[in-house]
Amino acid sequence: MPTLLRMVSMAIAVALLCNTTVAEPSTSLEEALQTVQQIGPKGQGHQAAIPALQIVSQQKAEELPNILAGMKGDNVLADNWIRGAVDAIAEKTLQSGASLPLTELEAFLNDTSKSPRSRRLAFEWIIQADPEARNRIVPGLIDDPSLELRREAVSDRLQQAETAHADDKKDAAVAMYRSSLDAARDIDQIETATEKLRELGENVNLPEHFGFITDWYLIAPFDNTDQSGFDKAYPPESSIDLDENYEGKEGTVSWQQHSTDDEYGLVNLNDALGKHKGAVAYAVAFFESESARPIELRLGCINANKIWLNGQELTANHVYHAGRGIDQYVGTGQLKKGANVIVLKICQNEQTESWAQDWEFQLRVCDALGTAVLATNRPSE
Amino acid sequence: MSGSLKSFAMAALVIMSSGADWKQFRGSAANSVAEQAQLPLNWTDSENVAWKVDLPGRGPSSPIVVDGNVIVTASSGHNQERLHVLCFDAATGQKRWERQFWATGRTRTHPSSANAAPTPASDGKHIYAFFSSNDLICLDVDGNLKWYRGLAHDFPKAGNDIGMSSSPTFAADTVIVQVENQGDSFVSGINSETGETRWRIQRPKRANWSSPVTMTDAAGTPIVLLKSDDGLDAHHVVTGEKLWTFEGAAGGIPSIVTAGDRIYLPSEGLTVLQAAGGKQEPEILWSSPRLRPGPASPIIHDNRVFAINRSGVVTCANLEDGEVEWQLRLKGTFWATPILANGYLYCINDAGSAQVVSLGDKGELIGTSEFGETIQSSPAVADNAMFVRSDKSLWKVSSQ
Repeated sequence: MPTLLRMVSMAIAVALLCNTTVAEPSTSLEEALQTVQQIGPKGQGHQAAIPALQIVSQQKAEELPNILAGMKGDNVLADNWIRGAVDAIAEKTLQSGASLPLTELEAFLNDTSKSPRSRRLAFEWIIQADPEARNRIVPGLIDDPSLELRREAVSDRLQQAETAHADDKKDAAVAMYRSSLDAARDIDQIETATEKLRELGENVNLPEHFGFITDWYLIAPFDNTDQSGFDKAYPPESSIDLDENYEGKEGTVSWQQHSTDDEYGLVNLNDALGKHKGAVAYAVAFFESESARPIELRLGCINANKIWLNGQELTANHVYHAGRGIDQYVGTGQLKKGANVIVLKICQNEQTESWAQDWEFQLRVCDALGTAVLATNRPSE
Repeated sequence: MSGSLKSFAMAALVIMSSGADWKQFRGSAANSVAEQAQLPLNWTDSENVAWKVDLPGRGPSSPIVVDGNVIVTASSGHNQERLHVLCFDAATGQKRWERQFWATGRTRTHPSSANAAPTPASDGKHIYAFFSSNDLICLDVDGNLKWYRGLAHDFPKAGNDIGMSSSPTFAADTVIVQVENQGDSFVSGINSETGETRWRIQRPKRANWSSPVTMTDAAGTPIVLLKSDDGLDAHHVVTGEKLWTFEGAAGGIPSIVTAGDRIYLPSEGLTVLQAAGGKQEPEILWSSPRLRPGPASPIIHDNRVFAINRSGVVTCANLEDGEVEWQLRLKGTFWATPILANGYLYCINDAGSAQVVSLGDKGELIGTSEFGETIQSSPAVADNAMFVRSDKSLWKVSSQ
């Protein structure tokens, strides 16, 4: 290296060192983690957390389980800050030729009381350091509360089923595809298992597997000219009486029963109610629950929408024609034991482009992991 | 360390970095021009490709180059929820570090896009990586996390399930992100040191995919230019104060380019404005409907403007009045903004076909090289090398 360049490089290194914020040396790892965990939205807590994160990032690899334990799962921002430190420590350790505390990390992974993401991160560094550990660990993750970990196990089992299928071991293949389907929560894996089971002559009830509601009462159109209807409370937002008629946008409207046979519970309002622009539709479902419990109502809808459960608004999304997909919008709520009423408001705007004509929705009821929650009054197949 | 030595060291750092960096979308000056770069006119897997590495995820985001480091973002996972920031040694292609995070906002996009759509920006010391999910990550060039913001965590209705792609920019210790959509629609100036919000302004509740551009106006004020369906707004970089508005339909995907105190605005084709400084509205110099860029942003160079339309036609026009000098139809359609180096325009179409056009009295296609993968990102150029990424790979194209 030329002398001048070496001098410049040294000067730069010293300058950068001088510019580095030196963290308070007396601060413990525990205190530093607590400071990072205090990060809030909109930059709250950043000024204290930045030097605290430096302390965390400067720890030795032996501290990784303790640092991972700082990812509580209740603060997605803090989890990412701490992840940044974990990745830096683990990567530098491996790059230096040193080892990670694999036994302790695997014990952390096996402790399902830890947050799903912290366990997933432990898994990633275990297999980064010891790729052969994957085959030992993954089969035990098939029902893991971390969906990222579970996905690994489902993926492996689908491959094993494929092998069994290719080897003409139909019963074994069916059993593995079925258990894959039972465990899977990601749509692509559910679709793969379903397709293969059907190829093998097996029945799969996809709407039931997902928990899609397929039977609705619909009413429309109410006025949504200039998108004015989204915040206007039409009568179905106050009470539901299926025998009642209302004054709609183009005259009297009344409730209509509608069932969809779409595998993904899609209700096409243009087909069910006729094509309307600048219109509001309401959809109502009556959901009998065998117990009181928390649930998620997951909506796919390309139109502006609102969801109510037993009169409580769970989510409102004033977005038109910007994509649709399963589980696009999630409302969290509480089912009562017995009768529950789910009300949707689906608003169509007045765009004229060919890609802006859909008026449709799909809704499923599930738990936080995406496991279907079925009504006791669900119609039999 | 004495102040003078420290100053010398920092000055040396700037000198060593100058001319060899490509610090944001379309380069450090956001103009897509690498004036003196000597790039090959043709390449194959075995010729003029210094290295090629695999990427762990998808992304229409462009690479940037900072002090010998090629920085790339990617997104992976079933729902594109895993965010990657990667750093490769520009000389060897060896991965120096990788950091991963979990998205805190909406991760859905059109299948052709990905969460890692915005190009990161850098001030030379730090990387500001931004994603469609509106996660904003500050790392130093060695991969140490400095701070992390989840802007959609703060404002949960911020998002667009088609995907968002506006790239951040940096000026006066402020990172600027344009988050325009049908929900929580805003632009924020973020303190680059702390990640705290300096200012936040409401914006039209409509989807917008173009990127903010900074410039210094005639009064010496650092301003950021924001275009939308409603027109062009200029705000003070540090305070967010609105300085002026130019009314006119200026929505869509292509971004502004500036040269001196002129603003080249994709609006009604292309509209050229003369910035006056202060709160005085800019003056229209000319407007040409024939220079209607598609998704790729226009390029200004040597008293000419170049624009690629949605049909893949390159139009070259005189910069003084917009008179068209020549047009050249290229193969395919283009998401990626081309780069201009040493008198050649490097245009990479969606199918990964790189077409090199010489820029004389007429445009002439003089070389075509195939990457063989879908490419939507604009290349980065540094030290006579061009860095190109697809959803799977990162290439260094160089004859040296």
